[in-house]
Amino acid sequence: MSRRASMLFALVFAPAISLAFMSKAVAEEAQRWAVNMPKGATPVSNAIYDIHMIIFWICVVIGVGVFAVMFYSMFAHRKSKGAVAANFHENTTAEIVWTVIPALLLIVMAVPATTALLDVYDTTEAEMDIKITGYQWKWQYEYLGEDVAFVSELTTPEEEIYNTAPKSQYYLQEVSQALVLPAKTKVRFLITGKDVIHSWWVVDLGVKKDAIPGVVNEAWAYIEEPGIYRGECAELCGKGHAFMPIVVNVLEKEEYNAWLAKKKEEVAAERDLAKKTFTLDELMAQGEAAYNRSCAACHAGNGEGIPGVFPALKGSAMATTTGDYAAHLDIVVNGKAGTAMQAFGGQLSEVDIAAIITYERNAWGNSTGDLVQPLDVLKFKQGQ
Amino acid sequence: MSTDSNYYVPESSRLPIFAATGMGVMAYGAGSWVQGGSAAFFLAGALIMAFTLYTWFSTVIKENMAGMNSDQLKRSYVWGMSWFIFSEVMFFACFFGALWYVRVLALPWLGGEGGHAESSLLWEGFKPEWPLMTTPDMVVNGDAARFKGPDENMSFPGWDKLFSWLPLWNTVVLLTSSVTVHMAHTALKNHNHTKFNGWLGLTVLLGGIFLVLQAEEYIHAYQHMGLTLESGIYGTTFFMLTGFHGAHVTMGTIMLLIQFLRGLKGHFTHDDAFGFEAASWYWHFVDVVWVGLFIFVYVLA
Amino acid sequence: MAHGPAKGIGRWLFTTNHKDIGTLYLWFSFAMFLLGGTFAMVIRAELFQPGMQLIKPEFFNQMTTMHGLVMVFGAIMPAFVGLANWLIPMMIGAPDMALPRMNNLSFWILPFGFSLLASTLFMEGGGPNFGWTFYAPLSTTYAPSTVNYFIFGMHIIGASSIMGSINIIATVLNMRAPGMTLMKMPMFVWTWLITAFLLIAVMPVLAGAVTMMLMDINFGTSFFDAAGGGDPVLFQHVFWFFGHPEVYIIVLPAFGVISHIIPTFSRKPLFGYSSMVYATASIAFLSFIVWAHHMFLVGMPIGGELYFMYATMLIAVPTAAKVFNWISTMFRGSISYETPMLFAIAFVVLFTIGGFTGLMLAIAAADVQYHDSYFVVAHFHYVMVAGAVFSGTAAVYYWLPKWCGRMYNETMGKVQFWISFIGFNITFFPQHFLGLAGMPRRYADYALQFSDWNMISSIGAFIYGASQLLFIFNVIRTIRSGTPVSEPKTWEGAEGLEWTVATPAPYHTFATPPEVK
Ligand code: HEA
Ligand code: HEA
Ligand code: HEC
Ligand code: CUA
Ligand SMILES: [Cu+2]
Repeated sequence: MSRRASMLFALVFAPAISLAFMSKAVAEEAQRWAVNMPKGATPVSNAIYDIHMIIFWICVVIGVGVFAVMFYSMFAHRKSKGAVAANFHENTTAEIVWTVIPALLLIVMAVPATTALLDVYDTTEAEMDIKITGYQWKWQYEYLGEDVAFVSELTTPEEEIYNTAPKSQYYLQEVSQALVLPAKTKVRFLITGKDVIHSWWVVDLGVKKDAIPGVVNEAWAYIEEPGIYRGECAELCGKGHAFMPIVVNVLEKEEYNAWLAKKKEEVAAERDLAKKTFTLDELMAQGEAAYNRSCAACHAGNGEGIPGVFPALKGSAMATTTGDYAAHLDIVVNGKAGTAMQAFGGQLSEVDIAAIITYERNAWGNSTGDLVQPLDVLKFKQGQ
Repeated sequence: MSTDSNYYVPESSRLPIFAATGMGVMAYGAGSWVQGGSAAFFLAGALIMAFTLYTWFSTVIKENMAGMNSDQLKRSYVWGMSWFIFSEVMFFACFFGALWYVRVLALPWLGGEGGHAESSLLWEGFKPEWPLMTTPDMVVNGDAARFKGPDENMSFPGWDKLFSWLPLWNTVVLLTSSVTVHMAHTALKNHNHTKFNGWLGLTVLLGGIFLVLQAEEYIHAYQHMGLTLESGIYGTTFFMLTGFHGAHVTMGTIMLLIQFLRGLKGHFTHDDAFGFEAASWYWHFVDVVWVGLFIFVYVLA
Repeated sequence: MAHGPAKGIGRWLFTTNHKDIGTLYLWFSFAMFLLGGTFAMVIRAELFQPGMQLIKPEFFNQMTTMHGLVMVFGAIMPAFVGLANWLIPMMIGAPDMALPRMNNLSFWILPFGFSLLASTLFMEGGGPNFGWTFYAPLSTTYAPSTVNYFIFGMHIIGASSIMGSINIIATVLNMRAPGMTLMKMPMFVWTWLITAFLLIAVMPVLAGAVTMMLMDINFGTSFFDAAGGGDPVLFQHVFWFFGHPEVYIIVLPAFGVISHIIPTFSRKPLFGYSSMVYATASIAFLSFIVWAHHMFLVGMPIGGELYFMYATMLIAVPTAAKVFNWISTMFRGSISYETPMLFAIAFVVLFTIGGFTGLMLAIAAADVQYHDSYFVVAHFHYVMVAGAVFSGTAAVYYWLPKWCGRMYNETMGKVQFWISFIGFNITFFPQHFLGLAGMPRRYADYALQFSDWNMISSIGAFIYGASQLLFIFNVIRTIRSGTPVSEPKTWEGAEGLEWTVATPAPYHTFATPPEVK
């Protein structure tokens, strides 16, 4: 290939592969080699897809025009071909034309862009509300008016992340409890954050909205098809930013209602469990699991934390003074305002909190022998 | 445009690297100081800086007195000072902008206005007002709140208490000082050095009085009004705006004081008084900022 | 002042000479480019495969943050200040910069500032880990305590920028040779005049932002805490009021460079000079009123969204004028393809692609999907790497003979160009796909469907990174043993005062101002 030809080749190289892969995208490897935005499962995600394609094609057309002139000059007016330079350097008409034409094109783009945005913003007449709260590093979902709420955390094990176990299909996209929604229902999301800013993003729903502490933002979705939709946190929120995925499980309306009824029963059962007395072994076992799910992200699996950022619990005075666990209980239930230590009282069940505290007081060489019962936690909560 | 072929390019100089070192040490020192470390590095850096600046300014003054500065270089100094003041304007604009944003947008939104009805999910019962006396934190957390609003604020207290309202006196003092510094300039233009020294001295004095009054106001706020940096967004914006202004008045007063001392030494002539003029522009700027503060922080509340 | 440079290290420490200071800036910025590039290599190596292989997530965040900060504030901005120092006095016929001692100060602050910033990586708690945009409250309440060094570091770096800009404005407005009217100034000077204005206007706002952080962290204020009546979103408004003009601060001087190189190698005067000046000024003006296009998802009222969308789209108009002018300059020229020209042409193509994706991002509804995804990363590397870095590289090749009196190796230059060009596109083009498919940015680890494009992107990054080694080799080789050149005009088509002085440019130029007709 001549030098010139190879240059031309390279200049079109990038767009060319993308086109090649676009046709391939139709094939079964669609996901792996995806090159474009998915159309998604809601009217809004479709509207976004459409406006995306409109602008994309307008840009392609302009680009082809502009680069065509440029490559023509590069090719036809080469010095090596003996081209002699003209000397013009001004042309008011041309300048006006290429100011006005882009301006008109922009107006053409602005019209559909405006309607699409109005669509995104139309949160009126929703049939149900879900409050979504971002925490470092998990999501809490509350079904407003239903007395159902739960926390949804990553369940991918450390071994997969640190490559000592093979990665499963939904690596980093699987959670302890999916958000369950009914199909064909206008759902409004009320999105907020508890500590830092997160952002709740599910591509297929066409929803992304910042979860800002102290602020409630709104978004909405009307999902046609039942199915499982996966998303992720899109705003840098600390070290677990890549590890707080979203899973939305959409059911037909009747199934959803059945699910909701069952969920309510579970909540009631869990409340009863708080009155039961547990043995040390039971609490340690449950505590270890709950600790690794809710606390290890900061204080580390071995209780050593990260120096200078998250304190060690191993050997901490608070967790090693036998018999005196009031302060320990307080910080776990209420958190510590103005630090990353969040209030777990509203996130975890009494049983979990009791188990975690018992575990922390008796693991990694901490050896208070203290046994904290769910009832103690319940009393502490009611007492304040 | 370059008309003077004798543009003076100084020989190499040790001053800049000393100043840079001073700034570096100060930055490191400030960083460790605010986290509870020792202030030693910060003070050492500040000392290097002070010493360097002193030498630097004396050098520049000596060069000028020795007639080494062409008209063109003097114009460069004028441009330099003007654009520096512009950068200061933008610094204040940032804080005024923050005040505007909070008052006009953020607080009403927290209170559920402007399409943010759902804010009540978090801040049930919060009512936006300015000055903000009851923070959202207090509404929700009661006594456990970290940000407790002030007991009183600095706003216009009503016509009957007009004359015991400190900010009004501050305004009078500062506006007067702008006039006196202008009088000093006029005197200098008229070759009247005695009057120049007098008016300039008076200006410095007024600057000092302003600072004393301001300190008085702060002490009162902290001791009697429960108004501190920690009392929510009102205290935050109040102290940051007036505080940065106060810091600039301090700078301006020092600048004018130095010009006053130089005036006594007879450094200035009617057509060559850049040091004084620069200080006086700065002073007028500080004054204009105060007028903005007076209106937006004290009166329109 | 007739004599040459002082001897030894003192020459560099104490210098007041614009050429020395320009050289210092350029070397410093290149060192920072290598540092920031090394951080990028760490990022790309970790992202080569899913799973955490090399580093921990908390360190990954520090790498991303430091990469952005070092590249923007340490590499690109000082590189163009270095070019300004070298070239503006020569281009306008001035003996030196207007305020030579302050010039030296502006430079020497930088090594202190960046040492402070980089040293936090070794402290307890680690370096800044909140992104180069350092949104509160991640950067305040939830930041490692080293954030205080970051804050004061940014303060002095900002002071350096402000002083540097004051100097440039004073030089341009006050030091032009007789006859050099504003509308005769070379484009590079014009773009820098406007850039300097932008800098003076927005660096103080950045200082305000970090000061508010400082107060919230240490002194109990509540700027960014809704509990006290503040608002985390306030931080973003303040930051982007600085941050958006900042991206044009990065690219306007690059436009200036390109406006010299394309006419030279097309052997034809720049088309539409005055419209270029007005376009630059319009871009600068518009850059002040579009900042919230970075904040389409924070929950602004719809009126705000629409306004910022329309205003942002408008920027395409003056930018279009620039692109069309460059192409018209090439049209019916007599074009030759030396290394600087290759980089300049690549600039036009790739910057335009980056501009198109910018326009897509400006569509608020579509930004719902693009925002904080790799699509944004692709966009800004197209405008900043293919924009600023390519034009900086072009500038070095173009003016190097004038600076050191030696010619670089053309073949090596061309090889570097092709490796860079290909490596760059392999790195960043696939990132568009990743973003559209749903991969968020600032992710230490990712789901399996993103594996393939990430691997390709990483391979491209290593290729592109390696090409920089060739660049530095070529430059050092030229300085030490390149073929000597001595005629004032290195390039046949070059115009401007800098090409009238001897080659290499004498230590002091224009002791008496030249007459410009
Ligand atoms: C050199 C730096 C640079 C430049 C020049 C630009 C140029 C532009 N940018 Fe970019 N941008 C960044 C650097 C830059 N940007 C960075 C660093 C970020 C991310 C920050 C972060 O979050 O970390 C960002 C992010 C960013 C966003 C936010 C995305 C998000 O986070 O969701 C948006 C949204 O509007 C945007 C828009 C634009 C637009 C409209 C332009 C326009 O100026 C482009 C104009 C140019 C053209 C359009 C091409 C040429 C024109 C023609 C050939 C003529 C005809 C064309 C038409 C009529 C369509 N940019
Ligand atoms: C002008 C500024 C600039 C420049 C030049 C670059 C250059 C590069 N950038 Fe980046 N980048 C930013 C500005 C810039 N960047 C910003 C602002 C962000 C956002 C940060 C944030 O989210 O907060 C970002 C973020 C960013 C990300 C996203 C990180 C994330 O979201 O987690 C990635 C990922 O690929 C990336 C890659 C690269 C690469 C591969 C280069 C390459 O071009 C670098 C090439 C240079 C070298 C490699 C150095 C020279 C060579 C050597 C030292 C030799 C050794 C190397 C080898 C042998 C291979 N950058
Ligand atoms: C997002 C990060 C994060 C998570 C998750 C977290 N913590 Fe903490 N924790 C912190 C921080 C930060 C502190 C230090 C607070 C301070 O500055 O006093 C802390 C402090 C503590 C302390 C006090 C330690 C001492 O010696 O003072 C205890 C006990 C504790 N956490 C228990 C828990 C338990 C139990 C869980 C899980 C149910 C948990 N933490 C989850 C961040 C976290
Ligand atoms: Cu939560 Cu990112
Ligand atoms: Cu922008």
